[in-house]
Amino acid sequence: MSRYLVGRLAESLIVLLIMSVVIYTLIGLMPGDPIDIMVQSDPHLTPADAARLKALYGLDKPLLERYANWLEAALSGDFGYSRIQNQPVWTVLAPRLVNSIILMGISFVVSLLIALPIGIYSALKPYGARDYAINFIALGGISIPVFWLALMIIYLFSVRWGVLPASGMQTVGVESVWDKAKYLVLPVITLSAANAGSLTRFMRAAMMETMRQDFIRTARAKGLGRRQVVLKHALRNALIPVVTILALSFGNLFSGALITETVFSYLGMGKLIYDSIIGNDYNVALIALLFATLLTLVSNLLADLCYAWLDPRISYGARQA
Amino acid sequence: MTALTLRRFVRHRMAVASAAILAILGVLTLAAPLVELAMGIGANDIDLLHRFAGPSLAHPLGTDELGRDLFLRLLYGGRISLIVGMATALVAAVIGTTIGLIAGYYGGWLDALLMRLTDGVIALPLLPLLIVLSAVDMSKLGFGDAFLAGDSASVYRMMIIIALVGWTTVARLVRGTTLTLREREYVLAARGMGASGARIMLTHVLPNTVSPITVATTLSVGTIILFESVLSFLGLGIQPPLPSWGNMLNNAQELMNEAPALAFYPGILIFLTVVAFNFLGDGLQDSLDPKAVTQRR
Repeated sequence: MSRYLVGRLAESLIVLLIMSVVIYTLIGLMPGDPIDIMVQSDPHLTPADAARLKALYGLDKPLLERYANWLEAALSGDFGYSRIQNQPVWTVLAPRLVNSIILMGISFVVSLLIALPIGIYSALKPYGARDYAINFIALGGISIPVFWLALMIIYLFSVRWGVLPASGMQTVGVESVWDKAKYLVLPVITLSAANAGSLTRFMRAAMMETMRQDFIRTARAKGLGRRQVVLKHALRNALIPVVTILALSFGNLFSGALITETVFSYLGMGKLIYDSIIGNDYNVALIALLFATLLTLVSNLLADLCYAWLDPRISYGARQA
Repeated sequence: MTALTLRRFVRHRMAVASAAILAILGVLTLAAPLVELAMGIGANDIDLLHRFAGPSLAHPLGTDELGRDLFLRLLYGGRISLIVGMATALVAAVIGTTIGLIAGYYGGWLDALLMRLTDGVIALPLLPLLIVLSAVDMSKLGFGDAFLAGDSASVYRMMIIIALVGWTTVARLVRGTTLTLREREYVLAARGMGASGARIMLTHVLPNTVSPITVATTLSVGTIILFESVLSFLGLGIQPPLPSWGNMLNNAQELMNEAPALAFYPGILIFLTVVAFNFLGDGLQDSLDPKAVTQRR
């Protein structure tokens, strides 16, 4: 097990390293470069100044050398400065990360609370009218463009009924948890709805698969009540693949969060990534993207570990005698 | 076999309805120039005196913020969205099939390498990555200005970018099937008769992987349309004045008070199309995979 873990960790690190090269190269391919943007905004800078600045920041060096320099600095904790906000990247990133975790965490729990019971219910009475209806709605949740869902929710709740704020984090000048919570409601609804569809389908599929197993028939044959069969025998086994998929779907959740944050002007990581790419804020874009990759890789790793931990039948790396 | 497949497919009512909806959408969007001709106005005709007009005989769905006819723009937008969705899915399927066949047939280190690559791509946060890819300045990659100034540059760019990350499901499926097919007697026989690896893969293995590829590709069209629309919505995908359902929603948020209809129609069409492709994929899966059907009833 530990050998397997070390192997998977090493693999994730390699993916992260490769991605840092890829992202670094891609960011370098974005329009303009930092010094050109500086020159454009400051008429006093001459081309000679620009060349000197490029030399100062090492931008005249070849790509590989620049990457090596950046990596060395990043590994020692120096992520550089944000061009737009004139602050160290970490100072910009940290509060955004917290906001995103709040949004994603709440939405994740809400979508679980919706999806698991409905998925189980649907699996216990398959191929009935209600099962078809649930399936239909779940497929709708998967197929709906998240940004459009957000727009429609804004239209209904803010424009039409005027009950909740359309965008932002809090009312200017008001500092209370209650006020912030009001601004969270619509983003959470959007993200949970977008997330719950696929979860419901996974839960239903896993539960149906388990209910077909022999041990369920055995449990029934011994005369156990339906409640006990479902909750004690079936659910525990059905949850194993679901937990794995939960961890694996982190990337999906993050993509949804990016869209939700952008539409609702919610200051999270996703919006930071979008804004920094649009605004040519290279240092921020680079670190934010790598952070998103790192989080996804960690959740994938967690998925594997959960799988092994929940299901004793699976043993990674251990040789069977 | 095909008659049986067809019969099973027809039993899947939602899939049949979806196929019908997609056919109608396809015909309508393809006929956009004819509709334009019949209505006597152009899709890009700006009419600032009639901005945000409501539905009327001249404009069945009203006009947008520049006074352009919404219905015609939806048709042309659908053209782009459908073409990008289907063409990209095909490109992705070709990439995925090639990688899956090679990995499954040759095995060994090549298989390990390709599958690590596949796992790596699957593990990435796709939307942020797509945003960076679409922000890349193509002129820095050596594309000529003439190409980039053309209308279709942003369309090709979308197709390439999304295909670059969208091939993984097909690759895994094809590899899995190839692994089992590789050991079949007829493949051994072909090899014994001196057939080359490429020949075996193309004439003996590939035809047997057609069903899973078809299902996966159909299902991926929906996902691809969603990716294209969100990138276009964010201003990074299809570039105006060329309409796509995604970029027609660009200004929708600011115009929500004046013209909620502008925000509604493009989105509902994306939604309908994606739902239809998903149901179609489900239906194909049930009818192409007999085992799934016996489990059902």
